[in-house]
Amino acid sequence: MNISIEREVKGDNLYLVAVEGEIDVFTAPELKKGLLPLTEIHGGNLTLDLNATKYMDSTALGVIVAALKSASKHQCRFSVTGMTPRIKRLFEITGLSDLLNRAQTSEGNADD
Amino acid sequence: MTETKDVIRLTLPAKPEFVSVARLASSGAASRMGYSFDAIEDIKVAVSEACTNAVSHGYKQMETGQIKIVMECGENALTITVIHNGESFDASQALQKLKPIDPYADLDEVNEGGLGLFLINALMDQVTISTECGVAVRMIKFLSRDGVERIANKVSTTE
Repeated sequence: MNISIEREVKGDNLYLVAVEGEIDVFTAPELKKGLLPLTEIHGGNLTLDLNATKYMDSTALGVIVAALKSASKHQCRFSVTGMTPRIKRLFEITGLSDLLNRAQTSEGNADD
Repeated sequence: MTETKDVIRLTLPAKPEFVSVARLASSGAASRMGYSFDAIEDIKVAVSEACTNAVSHGYKQMETGQIKIVMECGENALTITVIHNGESFDASQALQKLKPIDPYADLDEVNEGGLGLFLINALMDQVTISTECGVAVRMIKFLSRDGVERIANKVSTTE
C-alpha cells in the first residue's frame, strides 16, 4: 500500500500538496517529509488536498497537527481541502476540524 | 444458548507495512458479515490504530515482534482482539486520559499523538484492554441490519 504525493506550485509562495492512496503508520512519514518543509516557508500559503485520499487514521491526523504547528510558527497559511465525508468524520470526532478552523480564523490577527 | 462463532486468526510481523493487511482482513470479515460502509470504515480504523500502537509502542519500532489478530464473527457482533507481547502500559490511566483535541488550547500544547486509543474507543461499541502480558485490545462492533448501529455507536461515544 503506497501513497503518491503531488506537490504543485500554484503561484508566489502558493503550494498545493495532493495525496492519493492510504495514509497510515507506514505511509505517514512520507507525507510528513513532503508536507513539513513547505510549512516552513515564511508567509507561504499551503493547501493539503485529500480528495484522492482513500483512507487515513490517527497517524495522518498527527502529521496534520504537526503541519499546523509548524505553519503557525513560520507564519505560513495552512489549510486542508477535499475531505471525503468519511475523513471529515475523523476530523470532527478528534476535534481537528475545530482546531483547523480556529487556526484559520485567528490568522488575520496573529501578532508576532 | 451457545453461539458458534466463525473465528479468523491472523499473525502479522509487527512492522508498519503490514498494518494495511490487518485492515484488509478486517474489512473483508466485516463486509462478509453485512456491515454498512460506515461501520466497515470504523472497524478498519480501529484495527489499524490497535496495530499501529503495537508496532510503535509495543515493540518500539524494533520490527521484531508479532501482532496476533483474532476476529470472531458472531451472529450479531464482530469481536476483534489485537494482541502483542511487547511493552505494556497502564491501560486504566490511558483510558481515563482519552480526550479529543482541545481546539482552544495553545497550539504548542496540542499533542501530535495519542489519538489512536481515543479513536478506537469512539468508533467501536465496546473496548476492553488487558495488559497482563503484553497488550490485548478487544473491540466489539455490533451488527444491526436496520442501521441502528450508527445510533448505538453514537451512544457509546457520548460521555
